[in-house]
Formats: sequence, structure tokens, C-alpha cells
Amino acid sequence: MSDVEYRRATAAQGGLLVVKGVEKVAFGDRVRIRDHQGRQRNGQVILAAEGETLIQVFEGTEDIDLDNTWVRFLDQSLTVTVSPGLLGRVFNGIGEPRDGRPPIVDGEARGINGSAINPAARNYPREFIQTGISTIDGLNSLVRGQKLPIFSGSGLPHNRLAAQIVRQARLPGEASNFAIVFAAMGVSYTDARFFRESFSDSGVLGNVVMFINHADDPPVERLALPRVALTAAEYLAFDLDRHVLVVMTDMTHYAEALREVATAKGDVPARKGYPGYLYSDLAEIYERSGRIRNRHGSVTMVPVVSMPSDDITHPIPDLTGYITEGQIVLSRELNNQGIYPPVDIAPSLSRLMKDGIGKDDTRDDHPRVANQLYALYAKAQEARNLASIIGAEELSARDQRYLEFARDFDKQFVAQGEDENRSIIETLNLAWELLSRFPREALTRVSETDLAHYHRSGEKVA
Amino acid sequence: MSDARNGHIREINGPILRIHMPGARNGEQVRIGSLDIVGEIIALEGDDAIVQAYESTEGLRPGEEVEGLGHPLTVELGPGLLQGIFDGVQRPLDVIAGLAGDNIPRGLRIDSLDRTREWAFVPREGLEPGTPINPGERLGAVQETETIEHRILVPPGIRGELIDLAPAGDYCLEKTIARVRDKHGDVHKLKLFHRWPVRVPRPYTQRDHGVEPLITGQRILDTFFPLLKGGKGAVPGPFGAGKTMVQQQVARWSNADIVIYVGCGERGNELVDVLESFPQLQDPNTGRGMMERTLLVANTSNMPVVAREASIYVGMTMAEYFRDQGYDVVMLADSTSRWAEALREVAGRLGHMPVEEGYPAYLGSRLAAAYERAGRVETLDGGRGSVTLIGAVSPPGGDFSEPVTSHTKEIIGTFWALSKELADARHYPSVDWVDSFSQDVAVAAGWWAQNISGAWVKRRTEALALLARDAELSRIVNLVGPEALSSAQRWELEGASLVKEAVLQQSALDEADAYCSPHKQFELLELVMQVFDRGKELITLGAPVQELAEHPVMARIRRAKSTWRSDESEQLAAFASEVYQALAGLRSEYASSQESAS
Repeated sequence: MSDVEYRRATAAQGGLLVVKGVEKVAFGDRVRIRDHQGRQRNGQVILAAEGETLIQVFEGTEDIDLDNTWVRFLDQSLTVTVSPGLLGRVFNGIGEPRDGRPPIVDGEARGINGSAINPAARNYPREFIQTGISTIDGLNSLVRGQKLPIFSGSGLPHNRLAAQIVRQARLPGEASNFAIVFAAMGVSYTDARFFRESFSDSGVLGNVVMFINHADDPPVERLALPRVALTAAEYLAFDLDRHVLVVMTDMTHYAEALREVATAKGDVPARKGYPGYLYSDLAEIYERSGRIRNRHGSVTMVPVVSMPSDDITHPIPDLTGYITEGQIVLSRELNNQGIYPPVDIAPSLSRLMKDGIGKDDTRDDHPRVANQLYALYAKAQEARNLASIIGAEELSARDQRYLEFARDFDKQFVAQGEDENRSIIETLNLAWELLSRFPREALTRVSETDLAHYHRSGEKVA
Repeated sequence: MSDARNGHIREINGPILRIHMPGARNGEQVRIGSLDIVGEIIALEGDDAIVQAYESTEGLRPGEEVEGLGHPLTVELGPGLLQGIFDGVQRPLDVIAGLAGDNIPRGLRIDSLDRTREWAFVPREGLEPGTPINPGERLGAVQETETIEHRILVPPGIRGELIDLAPAGDYCLEKTIARVRDKHGDVHKLKLFHRWPVRVPRPYTQRDHGVEPLITGQRILDTFFPLLKGGKGAVPGPFGAGKTMVQQQVARWSNADIVIYVGCGERGNELVDVLESFPQLQDPNTGRGMMERTLLVANTSNMPVVAREASIYVGMTMAEYFRDQGYDVVMLADSTSRWAEALREVAGRLGHMPVEEGYPAYLGSRLAAAYERAGRVETLDGGRGSVTLIGAVSPPGGDFSEPVTSHTKEIIGTFWALSKELADARHYPSVDWVDSFSQDVAVAAGWWAQNISGAWVKRRTEALALLARDAELSRIVNLVGPEALSSAQRWELEGASLVKEAVLQQSALDEADAYCSPHKQFELLELVMQVFDRGKELITLGAPVQELAEHPVMARIRRAKSTWRSDESEQLAAFASEVYQALAGLRSEYASSQESAS
């Protein structure tokens, strides 16, 4: 069947092409399309019926001429060729080189959709990754095999933060040995260049494989891109035993592309025009991270999700939060105060932190210190709200102390340089510096032993 | 017409297929194409049937054959269920991992229960040949795990006269252990297991009312918003509020006989956490491994959406089966929103008219029907058993007015509302005492009065009233500042903070406090309320609020819950009397200074 070209396109609209009168086309089949200028386009069957086939065209349906469009069904699912030669290369959303070098031929073709990891074959992620960033390591720790997105807004430095994580991530005491899969969907040329330079400056380019779809590239291609990138990541992790860090930016552009195609297809919209299967679709992507028993590698995911109008309840961040194991939330307010990274700790969370920290992983007091900082920060927020109504002078001495704490917390703990790589011990010591401003009685979330060890009562803290 | 029907595919649209199959029955299971994918008929249109596939349909082609299996989706019920992990259509995931490796392949034909394993069957005394046999009657038992005796029941619908019953011995599942002749003279061969269609509730003699609370070892749940055995509860909360934690705590510590945990469209890593941590945990009530009484149904979010819809029914049917054996079963469904979304997704692909937020009009009735399968019943053999259903709800954006939450709220009796604000302040469990409710307080009060203390109701009410006062006073503080409050009012704020920190907050990671016995629950509450009452009196005597609030015992009261375990009640009592003494000392100080002043 794959040699036959059909000239039976009957409709083209919004990235979809309808072909009539071809029998027995497989659902999900890969399609090659030749247009009137002889250019090749790629597609996938998204509805297969008797006599009618609906194809999603990754390069879009612009400039298609129905009478002069030849369609070939390849009788295979969408695949990407994997080999150790992936590292150091740049591809587009469907795995074609965009670095001017020849395509990879000596590898194995793998279906991009993968199949669900059997929960009974998974290993629970529990190895602490030190990112060198206090708000993450100290309060929302990342572990190998986790999916921890950055929730951001337009204009916020999520890309800088993601790049810093990539540069600094390692197990405590070890040199970085992550392979990096970079998946960019609908990013600007500036952002793509920024990542490239950042990888190149830190000398990791040879450990990076990039999949790039620019803002002016066809949106349909964004639907395949994360799947292609994750197939490569799984190969590096589970075949080559590498620990893989996948950075995906920006998932919002992915979801918008999904909505575009769903709308063209006539799917019933659920929320804000997004199709009802957005959750399942996102889960198919995010759930490909993890650790597998008897395999040495891991897939850790740091997706960037920009929240439309900074709205965390928007379907994309909302559904993402229900799938991922926590989230790092960036705050416009902190950013406006010049604080980098502007991580808002209150809504940020790491669900897998509890098993990756503590005595054997970081330091014994770590879980309680994190808990205590959160409790004090929450009190400080209450004091801040109060101060905005009655004025800071009117606050009680206790509330004043909370306010002062919050100010210094933001300035000393949250804020750090873009090249500042703090070890987890440095982060915890910094935390105790802040906690030591409170008398021991006020610190009920830490233990008596912690206080005896780390509380600097009597010392003057600058 | 023969039972096995054949047809062919006409159209494939994701997990939904249109097939041509005259004579197909609604609800019937089908095997599709060369990939041998499993599916279920969900609608009929003339000679066409609409099928939802439990597995990915990629690679299927129009024209491929479809085989009708002649029966609806059923589960296997028998020894071997406990400690198992099954997917949404009851395929054993651990066996699949052994057979097929790390990922789940398609088209597997695999038995739910192990056919090769032999079980030591002990027949019930007094069942002689010729004895009349009724549905649901106990034929004997198999000791499935150290703690759980698996009772072998006559399947519902079978009635007659016993021909013979196997003697005690080891039998595998396929062996006939009893033969029954019904009134038509037909002989039924009964085995250690039977099948049951998941969408049909298993029969019972009659409904019974709940009589005792489910003890979960979580103070905010047991003491403040109790749920009865056989009750229906919901845990709604936005992401990050700790739904899964609450569900897992209940699975870990509740005093049910059997726990069925249905991970419906949730994270793979969370299920692994359960799988890895449960075998290391001990049941506080029996001292045995926690996994012995647990079984898991796992349809993670990346597994096919249609099997997600089935997973709730699969879990419920297994729960009812253990209920019929006379057990108290807790079924946790995490999350019912994913189940509802699976309904929506399928409805959307079928082109059903959406009503609210894209959900089909039958959402409410489906939800109600699923929840109504919970309850305490008189079983067919005259015993008592219960299924307690606790559903997590994941409202989009944390908005409790959305359809799934609001429909659920109408059906359930206990509502554990999780709050993002509390979670953000790391106040766990983040159950909001304003939005939550329980309709079972009166029944629970009887149990607490009988087993722990008659003062439970009073103290609970007082604590809740104090928390309500706190909310009210906090509003005033936020408007005009704390200076506007009187000493007594400021003490109320302190008291409420003590209730929150010393009683309500309970860390799942704290070894001493992860499980809190009813006795310790009451002791802590009593201690805090006593301190509040005595402090109130001290304040009228002129003690400054500041001094009381910063008294060294206050920090120790806040830490008391994690200082002493549930079995260290003597030490806790000793500490309490130490606190009362300290306060009595203060009282005599202020009383005398007041006298000398006057």
C-alpha cells in the first residue's frame, strides 16, 4: 500500500486534510503528502472510516491545492530513529534534522506514542537532585524521575530558571551527568538562542538533544514534538542508562495547538474551548517520566507552563497540576521587586520531596525546617495583609517580627544569583540563620534536637 | 443465532469505534481486529454498534473483524484478590509486568486470578448432601492471608439442593468444590471463584443503617467530621491540597477489614508509593502487614481513558463481594473527577449534547448510582457487611461549584473539603472546618460515649464553636487591627490557634502521630479545651493574654501530639496534669493578687 499515491483529497482546513475513497487505512498511520509544488509534507491519520480518512498535516494545509495533492499511506505509525548519535543534534517536531547535518540512519525506529509504563514495573523516585536553588532544594525538592513544572507568566524569567536548573542539576557531591532533552514548542528565536548559548557556555552541548518548533513554524507539528522528544529521552534513559532531564517549553503552546486541531475536527469543547481529552492527552506526555525497576536511567521532567493572564485556574496549568508531582510557581510581584528567581513558595509544592530528603539524603532536619519556614511564611503573609490595612507601625511586636522575617526571607533565601549554585547544606544553614531570629518557643515545627543543634540563640544575626 | 457474533469495523475515532454487528447486545464485550483489543458496546444504531475500546486503537483499520463475546464486562471473584494490583478491567499488572516487561502491551488475554495456585479449602460444618442451598450461603473458607479468611459463597442466583461438597484439602480455582441441583434438575458446579458483571450491584437481603464510625486515626476526620462504616464520603480539593495524602492515610490506618484503593486516572508514582510503602506498614489494629487486607486497582492517567470509566465499577464489585462475606470494606476512589471526565470524553466523541462544562446530562445520575452502591447491608446469608465509599474529587481550579463536586455533595453524607489556603500554609491535613460537614455526628457520638468519653460531643462542639469565633474575630482584626479586641477575644484567638496546631494538624510523616487512637484524639482535645477554659478564667482574674500565650507549656502542648504515641497515654496524662498544675499555680497567684488589690 505504501507505494501507492492517491489523488483523492476532498477538503483541507485548519491543518486537516480529508481523503475519500481509500479503503482500510490504519488509524494513526503515517502519511506522506506531496503538494502541487512537489514539496513533501507529513501527516497522521486521526480518523479512519470506510471510504473516508481524516489526516492531520504537521506542516499545515496552507497553499494546498486539492486537485494536485498526492497522498501516500506509509503503513507504519509515527516513528523517530534513535541512536547514541542523537546527542548534540537539533531536530524539528517530527524528528527531522534542522542543524544542516544528515538524518540519523543507523538507529532503531521507535513509535513516538510509546505505551503506558506498567505501574507495577515502576520504581518510586527518591534520589534528591540538587539544583543549587534554595527555594527548590530547600522547600520543593526535585528527585530523579519526577515531573515538576514551572508555572509562569509572560515576561517572567522561567526560561532563565529552567536553564539554571539544567546547568546546576546534580546529585549532591557528584558532577553533573545528566543528558538533556530540550523540547521547544512555539518558542521565539530569541528564547531558542538563549537556551542554545546557555548549553554551549556551560559546555554541555554534547549532552543535549534539541527538538525545536519556532513560533512561526506550523502549530500541528507541536502535537508530535513532545512525543518525539520523550521517545528520545526514554531511549537515552532506559536503553543507554543515562539520567535524562527533559525541559519542555512551553506546554501552553502545545495545548493551544491541540485545541486548534480539535476545533477544526469538530470535537465537543469542554473548558475554554479545549477538548475534553486535554487531561488524558497531557497525561500521556507527563506520565512518561519516571524510574523503572531494573533499569539504571531515569527521566526527570521540568516542563514550563505559562499561565494565560497569570491565572493558575486556567485549564492548562490546572490540569497540569493534577498530573505532575507538584509545581514551582513564579510570582510577578516578586519579579517586580527585582527578586530572581521569583519563586512564590506558598503555592509551590513538590509531592515527591518527602522521600528524597532527610537523614540519609540531605540532612536530618531538612523536612522540619521546610515545614517551619512554610509555617512562618504563612504567618508573615497574614501580618502583611494586616499591615496593608492598619499600617506596619500598628502591628504587634510579634507581627513586626514576622514581617521582618518575610522581607529577609525574600531577599536572602529566595533571591540568588543566576550563577549562584548553593549546596543543600548552605541552603539549610541559611534557613537556620533566618529561623534563629525567633525564640525557640516560637519554632514548634522543628524538634528539640534540631533547636539544640542549629538554633543560634544568643548569637547576633546580622 | 449462536452466542458468538461477528462483525467488522466501520470507523475508528480514537477510543470510539463504529462497528457493523447485527444482533449485538448493549454492554457486550468485544474483541477487535488482528490486535485483539478489548472493548465494550455502549450504544446500538440499527445494525451498527458503538464500541469503546479499553486499549489504544492505533493501527486498527476499517474492515477488520470484531468478535462479540456474548457477555458484559465481568470480574473474577475468589481467592487471590488480596494484595493484588489490577488495571481498570481487572487484569493483574504484576503478572503482566512479569510476562511483558515494563510497558503494557495490547491484546493480552490473561486471567485475573492465578489458576495454578492451590488454596487450602475448609468446608463448612454440617453441609451434608441433600441440604438446601441458598444464594450467598457460605460453603466454606480459604485462609487467604494471615488476617483475612476468604469465605467461599454460593454465587447469587443459585439455589437448590447440595449434591456433594469437597472435603478439606488444597484446590486450585478451576476445581469443582460443590455441586448443586436446582429445582429444574440442572446441576451447577461451584468453584472457589465466580464471575460477576461489574455494572450490576450485587444483591443483599436489605439495607441496614450505620452503627459505628470508621476510625481512620486522623483527628480532623474522626473527631470533627466522622464517617460511618457503610457511609459515603467525598474529599474535594484543588491540586496540591493533599487529597491523595488524606486518601492514603485512610487506606493505611482505618479500622476496616478490607481496603480497596482505586487509582483512577492518577499518577503512576503515587501508586508505586502505595505498592512500596504498604508492605512495610503495620495495621495498628491487628499488628499485621497492611498489604494483607489491601488490593489496588490502577488506571493511571496515561492508561486508556475508557478503562478508567470501568475501574470504579470493577473496584466496587470487588468491594461488594467482600461485603457479602461479612466484612467492613473501605473503597477509596482517587479521583472521581477523572472518572467523570472519562464519561465526558466518551460522550464528547459520541456527540452527546453537553450540558454543564461539557459534561453529559446523565453525569448526576451516574454519580449517584455509583455512590449508592455503598452502604451497610444485611447479606444474603443473614450477616452484616458494609462498603464505605470515599471519593476524591478534583474540581478544576478548586471551584467547588463545578458539576462533579456539586452533584457529589448532594449524594454523600460526609464532606471533607480541602483548602488551598491551609495547604499553602502547610496546615495538613488541610481539611477546612468551615466547608466540611458530617451527617453522622449523632450516631458517632453514641460510639464515642460508649467507648471513649461522654464528653466527646460537648468538646467537639466547643472546639468547632471556637474555630467559628476565630474566623469571625479574624475578620475584625483584618479590618481594624488586633487592638480593637478585648483580652477575652484575644484569648479566643489563642485558643483557636491551639486547637489548630495541637489537635487539627497531624503530619502523615510523623511516626508518633501518623496514626492517632480515638483515646489519644480525645485526650488531646480535652487538654486543649481545658487549657482554654482555665485560661479564660485566668484572664478574668487579670492575667495578660501575652503572658499566657507565651507560657512555656504552650509550646509543649503544641508538640504533645508528636511527643507521645497512641500507646503512651499514661505519659500524656501525666503531662496534662503537669499543665493543669502550672495553670492552677498561675490561678492562685492572680487570685491572691486580685484579693490584695481589692
